Amino acid sequence: MRTFGKLLLLLGVISSLSGCSHANNRQETITAVGSSALQPLIEAGGEKYSQKNPQAYINVQGGGSGTGLAQIQQGAVAIGNSDVFAEQKKGIQAQNLIDHKVCVVAVVPVVNRQVPLNNLSTTQLQAIFMGKITNWQQVGGPRLPITIINRAQGSGTRMIFEQQVMQGQPFKKAPEQDSSGMVRQIVKNTPGAISYVAWPYLTQDLKPLAIDQIKLTTANVAQNRWKIWAYEHLYTTKNPNKLTRQFIKFILSEQFQEQEVRQMHYIPMKQMRYQQDAHGRVSSKE
Amino acid sequence: MNPKQADKLMTFVIYLMSSVIIVILMALLIYILVAGLPYVNWHFLTSAAKSFQSGGGIGAQLFNSLYLLVLSMLVSIPLSLGIAIYLSEYSQNIRVTTWISSAIEVLSSLPSIVVGLFGFLVFVVQFKLSFSILSGALTLTIFNLPLLVRSMEDALQTVSLSQREAGLALGLSRWETVVHVIIPECLPAIITGIILSAGRVFGEAAALIYTAGQSAPPLDFTNWNVLSLTSPLNPLRPAETLAVHIWKVNSEGLIPDASAVSSGASLVLVVVVLVFNVLARYLGNKLYKHMTGE
Amino acid sequence: MDPIAKNLKQRSLSAKIETKGRLITQLCTVLIVLLVLAIFGFIATKGLTLFFHDHGSLWSFFSGTTWSPDKVDSHRQPVIGALPMIVGSFTVTLLAVLVATPFAIAAAIFMTEISPQKGNKILQPVIELLVGIPSVVYGFIGLAVIVPFVQKIAGGSGFGILAGALVLFVMILPTITSMTVDALKAVPRYYREASLALGATRWQTIYKVTLRAGAPGIMTAVIFGMSRAFGEALAVQMVIGNAILMPSSLTSPSTTLTSVLTMNMGNTVMGTTSNDALWTLALLLLLMSLVFNIVIKYLAKRGALS
Repeated sequence: MRTFGKLLLLLGVISSLSGCSHANNRQETITAVGSSALQPLIEAGGEKYSQKNPQAYINVQGGGSGTGLAQIQQGAVAIGNSDVFAEQKKGIQAQNLIDHKVCVVAVVPVVNRQVPLNNLSTTQLQAIFMGKITNWQQVGGPRLPITIINRAQGSGTRMIFEQQVMQGQPFKKAPEQDSSGMVRQIVKNTPGAISYVAWPYLTQDLKPLAIDQIKLTTANVAQNRWKIWAYEHLYTTKNPNKLTRQFIKFILSEQFQEQEVRQMHYIPMKQMRYQQDAHGRVSSKE
Repeated sequence: MNPKQADKLMTFVIYLMSSVIIVILMALLIYILVAGLPYVNWHFLTSAAKSFQSGGGIGAQLFNSLYLLVLSMLVSIPLSLGIAIYLSEYSQNIRVTTWISSAIEVLSSLPSIVVGLFGFLVFVVQFKLSFSILSGALTLTIFNLPLLVRSMEDALQTVSLSQREAGLALGLSRWETVVHVIIPECLPAIITGIILSAGRVFGEAAALIYTAGQSAPPLDFTNWNVLSLTSPLNPLRPAETLAVHIWKVNSEGLIPDASAVSSGASLVLVVVVLVFNVLARYLGNKLYKHMTGE
Repeated sequence: MDPIAKNLKQRSLSAKIETKGRLITQLCTVLIVLLVLAIFGFIATKGLTLFFHDHGSLWSFFSGTTWSPDKVDSHRQPVIGALPMIVGSFTVTLLAVLVATPFAIAAAIFMTEISPQKGNKILQPVIELLVGIPSVVYGFIGLAVIVPFVQKIAGGSGFGILAGALVLFVMILPTITSMTVDALKAVPRYYREASLALGATRWQTIYKVTLRAGAPGIMTAVIFGMSRAFGEALAVQMVIGNAILMPSSLTSPSTTLTSVLTMNMGNTVMGTTSNDALWTLALLLLLMSLVFNIVIKYLAKRGALS
């Protein structure tokens, strides 16, 4: 009986804390939610920012681009992280949001290490993912069936790949994975597997392919010779608060762009010679 | 085949199947042990996680898991004990009882992601608790209740009717009988139920991704101001737990030593569950002896 | 008034505590009932939006095999064929439960009837420990051990229903076992004594008396195992392949309701058809487990010793 009472009291105390904690706190915090692919970069940014401004804390959460955009639209968070333009997501009023493009990410087709090929043409790549080519023999490799690993519908990486490689053609129905880590794991262990990952997730376990003899390098992406790339976005409402503005400014600062962004194999905004609009149209900046 | 032969045969079959289970389970544990042991050291257990370099630890995550467990148990144990007592001791209408326990059982089949999203929309967004340990603990309570209520109800049912009659015959009220006779008697069973559900809390990731969150602010263990963000005791700070951390480094993590971190963290998780197990059993026995006057 | 009469007329302390205690337990129960209702209501409203607001057709939901809720077909209805996932979920769960239940019952008999001492010393701790292993870890071990194993014996990529069922088998085994143990322990000792006194062998006693008497409890254990298997997402998702295709064999990549739900939830925006369709899957999961629950309750009632 008494223990019950005590526990209930304790519960009451804990829940009443929720009311006063924000008021008593001099610490400032903002929440950024969304794209899990962008999460490590923003987390690194948050850590760096807090080192400089110990009173500020950037709370970075994943959950997917869709969650990020939906939450920023409702104003529930300060920043919505997204791999895609808000215009490309159904149900998002893009005109109510401000887009901050923070860097560029390139997507690269990868195969299992046992596949001896280093290069595919765009047409071949497209035919493989459409299911027209089903054996590596058909593209000059050994006799080994091709296992396609796709990303989940609505994943940012998949949208980038779909736009630039598939060009309107449908994917073959194939096994799907919802994260880069899983794709990496499976491609590593399955002979004859092919998939695609964002450059930051490319590790020694995977073999990247060149497309039409063009290799994935920062310069090639900057010159749009490597076509499969897109922006990473931080979306805010029309009137972001001070901390939000300062944090985004920090992410775009020369120092952060040249160090962390580059280290993690994203491409700094400044370096791009080409630009892309919300409909995937690419044009030269000059 | 005569009954005696059948008896021998079936005893053999049961021995065989039990050994198969032990072999599978042992193999699993040994696998986790072998994979994780090389990476676990003091530094790994105490240092903070890194977001894209190698060499990160799981200090904050370990603490968060424990704290979340304690918080969610603080909510769910009294609540489920109350429900179990009501269902098993007070409720007179069998039909109502069946309905309630069915409803609770159905709850347990919801995929954790759905419970997580419910928690997200209700606790995080609606109640404005933000991504926090508290949101996580409340969400896990929803998740935990079915198993807890069911096991506690079963535990209460195992106490024979004569014990209740004896209690009532001594002039104790029903409540006093429950508190002083029945609960002490079935305490070990209740504790087993709690351990099982604690294990689930520890291992749950999907429901926490959207509620307790996936980032762990660095903790300052000298800071005891419950309202400060770096204080380990603040129930309103975002808190990535071990299981979520394992999930995260494997799915979208950028750290080069992801497999090492996840193997190490899995091992730590299993060891913590083991310690918790032993401890709960020991305390339970002590309490049992104390309460039953043995 | 003299003290004795006063004492008699006043409600005793015990009675007061009794009322309070009763009230508290009632309160807890009411709270949970409200919570359950809230969750059910929430999921039902969200899940039915697909049919009422987005004009999805119930028929194509249960019979269609193409799932792309962001597109519309020639009748301007969203393409929401959920049959592949429904079949996938059912097959994986039933397969896992079918394999796990005999093992769990055997282990439980071992622990309660044959050698309680060894059982308590070895099996019980190991089983409790296993419940604490996160599903992510199960998934990874499945990926590292079971998928290559299936690949070797059955060919193909190794991803598929078989791999999913094997992972689930290990995952639900501890749950079913420990609950079956509780059920068997709850069978009164004198049942067994009576049976043995009649000259029945141990196995006859177990089979004809203990298991029968424990049947409702065992059934509940099975439901719990089943619901855990049904609701499990992360581990299954890692090994099943996640291809929204009708499963053509046990080793071809397929998918389950939970995998689709978990994989796509974060990538859709609340309020869009794609998102509503996912909540419909959640509703379906809820309804399916409701049906299971009712069926098994019915079976248990018929099988119970009266």
